[in-house]
Parts: sequence; structure tokens; C-alpha cells
Amino acid sequence: MSKIGVFICHCGENISATVDCEKVAAEAGKMDGVEFATDYKYMCSDPGQTLIKNAIKEKGLTGVVVGACSPRMHEPTFRKACSEAGLNPYLCEMSNLREHCSWVHEKNEQTTEKAIDLVKMLVEKVKKNKPLNAIKVPITKKALVIGGGIAGIQAALDIANAGQQVIMVEKEPSIGGHMSQLSETFPTLDCSQCILTPRMVEVAQHPNITLYTYAELEHLDGFIGNFKATIRLKAKSVDYKLCTGCGACTTKCPNKKIPSEFNEGLGMRTAIYTPFPQAVPNKPVIDRANCTYYQKGKCKVCEKVCPTGAIQYDRPDQFITEDIGAVVIATGFNVLKTDFFPEYGYGKYADVLTGLQFERLASASGPTLGEIRRPSDGKVPRKIVFIACSGSRDPAKGIPYCSKICCMYTAKHAMLYQHKVHDGESYVFYMDIRAGGKNYEEFVRRAIEDDGVNYIRGRVARIYEKDGKYIVKGADTLLGSKPVEIEADMVVLATAGVSNPGAEELAQKMHVSYDAYKFFAEAHPKLKPVETNTAGIFLCGACQAPKDIPETVGMASGAAAKVIGLFSNNELTREPLIAVVNRSAPPVFSTCVGCFMCQTACPYNAIEREEIKGRDGSVIKTVAKVNPGLCQGCGTCVAFCRSKAIDMQGFSNEQMFAEVMALMNE
Amino acid sequence: MKKLGFYPGCSLKGSSSEYAQSVLAVAKAFDIELEEINDWNCCGATAAHNMNRELALSLSARILALAEKQGMTEVVVPCAACYNRLTVTQHELNKDEALKQRVCDIIEMPVSGSLQILNVMQLIDKYVADRLEEKVTTPFGHKVACYYGCLLVRPHNILQFDRLEDPQSMDILMKRSGAEPIEWGFKTECCGAGFSVSKTEVVAKLSGNIVKDAADRGAEAIIVACPMCQSNLDMRRPQINEYLKQKIDIPVIYITQAIGLAVGLSPKEVGLQKHFVPVEIG
Repeated sequence: MSKIGVFICHCGENISATVDCEKVAAEAGKMDGVEFATDYKYMCSDPGQTLIKNAIKEKGLTGVVVGACSPRMHEPTFRKACSEAGLNPYLCEMSNLREHCSWVHEKNEQTTEKAIDLVKMLVEKVKKNKPLNAIKVPITKKALVIGGGIAGIQAALDIANAGQQVIMVEKEPSIGGHMSQLSETFPTLDCSQCILTPRMVEVAQHPNITLYTYAELEHLDGFIGNFKATIRLKAKSVDYKLCTGCGACTTKCPNKKIPSEFNEGLGMRTAIYTPFPQAVPNKPVIDRANCTYYQKGKCKVCEKVCPTGAIQYDRPDQFITEDIGAVVIATGFNVLKTDFFPEYGYGKYADVLTGLQFERLASASGPTLGEIRRPSDGKVPRKIVFIACSGSRDPAKGIPYCSKICCMYTAKHAMLYQHKVHDGESYVFYMDIRAGGKNYEEFVRRAIEDDGVNYIRGRVARIYEKDGKYIVKGADTLLGSKPVEIEADMVVLATAGVSNPGAEELAQKMHVSYDAYKFFAEAHPKLKPVETNTAGIFLCGACQAPKDIPETVGMASGAAAKVIGLFSNNELTREPLIAVVNRSAPPVFSTCVGCFMCQTACPYNAIEREEIKGRDGSVIKTVAKVNPGLCQGCGTCVAFCRSKAIDMQGFSNEQMFAEVMALMNE
Repeated sequence: MKKLGFYPGCSLKGSSSEYAQSVLAVAKAFDIELEEINDWNCCGATAAHNMNRELALSLSARILALAEKQGMTEVVVPCAACYNRLTVTQHELNKDEALKQRVCDIIEMPVSGSLQILNVMQLIDKYVADRLEEKVTTPFGHKVACYYGCLLVRPHNILQFDRLEDPQSMDILMKRSGAEPIEWGFKTECCGAGFSVSKTEVVAKLSGNIVKDAADRGAEAIIVACPMCQSNLDMRRPQINEYLKQKIDIPVIYITQAIGLAVGLSPKEVGLQKHFVPVEIG
């Protein structure tokens, strides 16, 4: 005997503007099996929920239908309310009168009739609902952090300090990321490596963190709380258990003319190398693509000079598999190179640099030991032009967005130059100055007022080279677009922040969404910045969008908090809306005939084979079995099953049929 | 003998007759016959598109229609402005069916919009190709500054020719003819164009900067593929020299003249004597 309660929400005006809610409630009250029907302005509010709870208790309701917004919005809200009133939450259903009705139609009688039909369908469905209980799934309390820059480091430390296990995977030979390449950071002008390297060491020494450098994620399977990650440990050609980091090999390596990635091509490195002196781990790897031994079969000097015999030439890449409960993506970003700009020379001018290259010049551990010198002739530039917004905010170049950090680092670069070259002249061509962080505006004013940097509002149309100088042709728009021509010794382009080259591939490996620029997609731009749409996978740092260090660190701690929250339970509660193969008494045991079409159809590999055995241990029949931990409730198996032996809890064949027939039977 | 359509345009029949002469001479040297479009009209150049869009499109469309009517599939257009107008017109008409219909009604002729319009560099790349090196008897062993001007490579998305900044098509051809093209900064800077007549001092300044940069970098000749460019850099040299307060002797020659010399044609055959600044090289 059904006693359904129907609750129609006005949703403020969202529903009541086009649907006559009172009429819907009145009609619902007349439906067979409906014990109580009412309407209210905001069902999801406290008084609204109280209304439902009281009705359940007072009227002894056996089922609830809430005619309101999308279940994706408030199904958990109403199910929780029912649960609190003592009604199994899965006896509560929502009829979508908003997204499916009021929001897509005009105000008229037909719209109200449709709303009534929608309610009728769900009433008939709820009559067939069975109470269900949430499924508990164990959680592996180990996090995988992909990326060893400041974002990954912060996230890993936060998770590890909360007592949980972390595996960090970094594709370069050392952790540190782009922050390790910077000279000084805005707005404090702290030495970047000085504030970063202690954290890098902390990561390496932390008992809860397992660090894999020169490694990449190969494969990710599973789901929240139960991932399986396959990691490729690229062959370093050096045994880190034997290597002491003495550096004899890098000193003696005869192949010294490989452009250094860490120095953005401004300096050289050897084939066996550590990327920078403060690398963590401070042990080298061999770049097989450029090593004389691997390319030509000769040399082996490093093996000869190594005091501990740590060089191992012929080890292949290794693969390891780890059980993981949550993933944090912290893979960072990249900056455009100068060859992207036809109007600035197609990258052929040695003294036209990117901001990151300028960082390496300014850095004390850089190719010029911190002196600003022209890569072409080593001379100190007397006049530098900085061009902000190179590529960014430019729809014609395919990059309509703002790269956020460039206004600040351009001011910083100009300041550093003025500090190092007192009588130098610096010019910044800008469109706007974006200095929105704490102490940021004051920092930029310092550059203009204290350090004498000349700010010109206008864009640079062309740069060409003449007699060793660079003719920069721009405009001064605050003086009526007056043409400005500057003969510069060096030009620094604040090139756009873009996604890393492997970002798309990585996103596809992990089934994580990404946008047109290959930045990873957050679950909600305002309210869920560190989550993705894939449960259990979190985001932080510049891999989501260009951002500065404080934001990155904040986001990393946020992602870590989500992981720690997830791991704070021993089990994960899953919705019981999964497929189940029917079981009955002997001699039938199940109407499943063991064809396993469902197993082939299942996109999540959630169907297993179960042997039904007699008392003597012999196998009577083999039937399908759904793994409740893996099933995502898509229903494909139910559609495939010829014997109708498999059905969906919460969306059973009977329930679906009842909904459709409710419409047919007038 | 390869036969292609040929649209000289007004300049090549008048003040830049030596350009036409050298194009035809070079074509002949490579067994290419250029057949002039019958009853062609002015492409409209800058004047038409500044005054009336339909007029501008119709003038150029009539040329396209005539070429198609005369059975031509490819037309060589040496003048950069004509090349630009014809290509842009064909593109505009192909983009907008209603506009095409309107223009066809005005000119009372159909236009299919499938004509291949080639500038001089494209002609040589396509129909001379490797034969160029074989025929070079007197390599043009000089340092040259290749000047492209405004119209040869812009707008890039319509012309789809060479590259927008620092184009290379003329440089490559000159190199293949034995010359040493130099890197310089004014390849696509404006020469002053039509101000040659109305405000010559503008041309003196703009063309002056072009000539000076070429001279500073040691160019012995400026190579052009446009009658307007040639005229401003050459005929206006006295005004340029006055603006620069210095006398610069570098000749301005058409690419077909330079290539013509390289493959053994005489200076007279390519019309070098018609230039204002004496051409004493090659």
C-alpha cells in the first residue's frame, strides 16, 4: 500500500514563472497512491526540508517525490532529509520540473500539463522503488602526485605531514620545476631557489614520500580510492644506490655542447648531467639521445672515472605498478619561445629573449652568473626593451587569454636590470598593468618611481636588427599613438603561458577534461577549483591556468586537503545504483545463462564470472557477477542481457516500465 | 611550349614597360608563351576600391571572366597591385554567392572563380623550377636587397603566398640566380605608394628610409616585383637623395630583369636602359 508524498517546489520563480505549481500539487494529490501533496517556494531550504520530514513522520509516507530542479542539483539534499526522517533515501526521487520543464518552455497550460505528467511518472516509479543501502569500498591511503614543481611539492608535503603516504612522479631528472629556474620572486625579491630548495630537500627526505624522478605516468586504471597507476621509470643509466653525487662524470664528460634545457638554451650541458647544482636528487642521468656512447658506440669516459661503478649503460626503462587512492595533477605549464613571433624575428635574433631566458641571465647560478649580458657578444646591454603581452590577449595568435604573471615579472625584470646596471635604460611596452595581488601594485610603482623604468603604453609592431642593435618600432598611445622607435641592445618578450606539450596525452590517460588550450579543467570555475570531473583526481597549479606562486601554493594545499579528507575515512561510500545479477534458490540459482555478453559490453571491466558450486564443490553453473566497487551504473549490461538476468538498482526494468506506462495510461 | 594567360595591367603598358619586356623575355627563354587577355581593362587598383566596392569588384571580375571565356586556367600577373586585386576579388566573390551573382550581372559575364592567379615568383617556381639553375650563364654575383612592398604578401590569409614578415620567395630566386640576398629590415615597409604624385615628400621620406637601409647593409641593387615600388625607389631618387642629404646610387631592378641577365639576356633585352638610376651592374 503506497503512501507517496509529493512536494512541488516553486524554486523562487524559476519554476513558478512558467508552471502553475499549486495546480501541479493539487493534481498530484488526486493521483492513486499519493497520501500527501503540497507546494512550497524553496523546498531545498531548511523550512522546506522540515516540511518533507514532518510529512514523512506524520503521514507515515512510504515514498517521496520532489518536483523541483535537476536531481544533479539537490538529489543528495532531499535524500539526506528523508534519511534523517527515517525513510530510506532511495525511496526519494526527484522530478525535474526546472531544467526539463519550466526553464525550456513558455508559460502556458501545456507547460503545467507537462509538469503534472513528469510528477505522475515519478510517482509511478517510486511505487516500485526498493530500499537500498550505500556500498562501502575500501580506500587505498596512498596519493600519487604527478609533477615535482612548487605545486606538487606543496601538495606532497601537506599530504605527507598529515600522516599519509605519497608517491611523487617527476619527468625531469630533478624536482623544482620552473620556480627553480627563477632568479628572484615578486613582490619580495626573495631568491627563488633559496626558498624552494629547503622544500625540495624536505620532499626527498620525508619518510612518507617516495620520490621517482626521470619518471612518467604510463597508465592509470581504476576509480576513486582504488586506482592502479603504472609508472615508467626512465632509464637513468646510473645506479642511484651506488652513485654518491660526486660529479666526476659530469666534469669529465667530453660531450659538452648540448643546449641546457634548464638554462633555456642559453648555456650548455654535458650528456651525463644534473640539470642544476641544487638538483634533488643530486645525481646525474645520461641523456641517451645526445650521448656519444649511445649514438656512436664510443666513449664510456663516465664509467671509467666513476669511483663507485655506478654507471649502468644497458638498463632499459622499468615499469612499476602502485595502488593509489587519489591523484593530484601538478604538471605545470610552459612559455612560448621567441620563434612564435614573425614580427619579432622568428626566433633568429640572439638577443631577443623570453622572460624565462632573462631569469636565467639574472640568476646567480645561470650561464652568466647573474650578470645581464647579451647572448650574441657577451656585452652588457645599455638599453633593454621589455614587451609585455607577447602572444597573450591576442586572438589573432590563438591566445585570447591573459597569462596573469607577466606584468609582475616584467616589472621585476626591469627592476633587476636597473639594480645590476645602474646607468642602464629600460623600457616596458604594455597594454595594461595587471598587479592584483597583495603588495603587487606597490611593487610595480617601485619599478616606475624608484628604479626609473620607462613604461610606454603601446604595442610593438616590429623588431629588426641593424648593426648589432635591435630597432624596436612601437607606439605611445597615451601620446596619441605617436610612433616610438628605440634602438635596443636586448629585447625581452613576456611570452604567453601555455600548457605543457604532453598535457593532452596525460589528460586522456587519466580521463580528465581539458579546455581548448589544453589546460586541465576544474570541476567548477568558482566553487571547485581543485577538483576535476573525475572523482579522486585533483588539480593544482599552472596546469589548470597560468598563475603565480602564492596562488599555486594555496591551490596545492587545497588539493592536499581534499586528499586528506578523502583518506580520513577507512571506507568510501558509493551509491548503490549499480547493476546486480539476480540470484534465486536452487535448482535455478539465477536466470543468468552465462553468455557473458554483459562482460564484453561493460566499459568499466566491472563484470566478473562467478562459479556456483554444489555442496560437493563441483561447479553447477558459471554466472555473471557485478563488482560493486567498479560498476558505474551505466546500464549497458542491462540492455544487452538476453535473459533479463541483470538489472539496475534504483533504475530497474520494472521502475522504468512504470514511468513510461504512467504517461501512456491516461 | 607552355602557354599561360597574361594580364599586364596599366603600368606594364606604360611607365613600367620594361617590366613587361623582361617578363616576356624571361618567359620566352624558358619556352613559356604568355598570351595576353583580349580586351582587358584596368583592375581598378587603389582608386576603385577606395571609392566604390562594387566598381572595384566588377573591374577585376571582368578580367577574370574574360580570361575564363578565352579558355585560360592560369593567368600570370606581374604587377603586385593587379595580382592583389584579382586574387582578393576572386576570394570575395567565392565567399559570397549573392555578391558573385550581383557582380556577374553588372559585367554581364559569368565568373566561375576557379582561375589560378600567379605572380612572377609563382610563375618561375611552378614552370621554370629546376631549369633555372641549368640556364644560369652569368650568375648575378651581387649583394641584393629584395624589396617586397605591401601588396605581394598581404593579406596573408587570402593570398596564401610566402610569409608575412620577412618573406623569402624573391630572396630564394635571387640566390638561385647567383646573387647574395641580404638580410635587411625594410622588406615589407611602405614606399609611400600613390603619394608619389600628391605628396611626394612622404615618398621621399618612406622610400628614402628603405633605400638607406639597403645601402647601409651593402646592397648593390634593390630587387622589386612591383611597378609602384620600382617607380618610387627609382624615379623619385632625386627627392630621396635630397631628403637623405646624401646621394645613393643603388639601382632598382625588377626580378625578371635580374633573372634575365643571369640566364644570358642582354641589358637591352630586359629594358635596363629605361631606369632612372643608371644600372651599371650585370
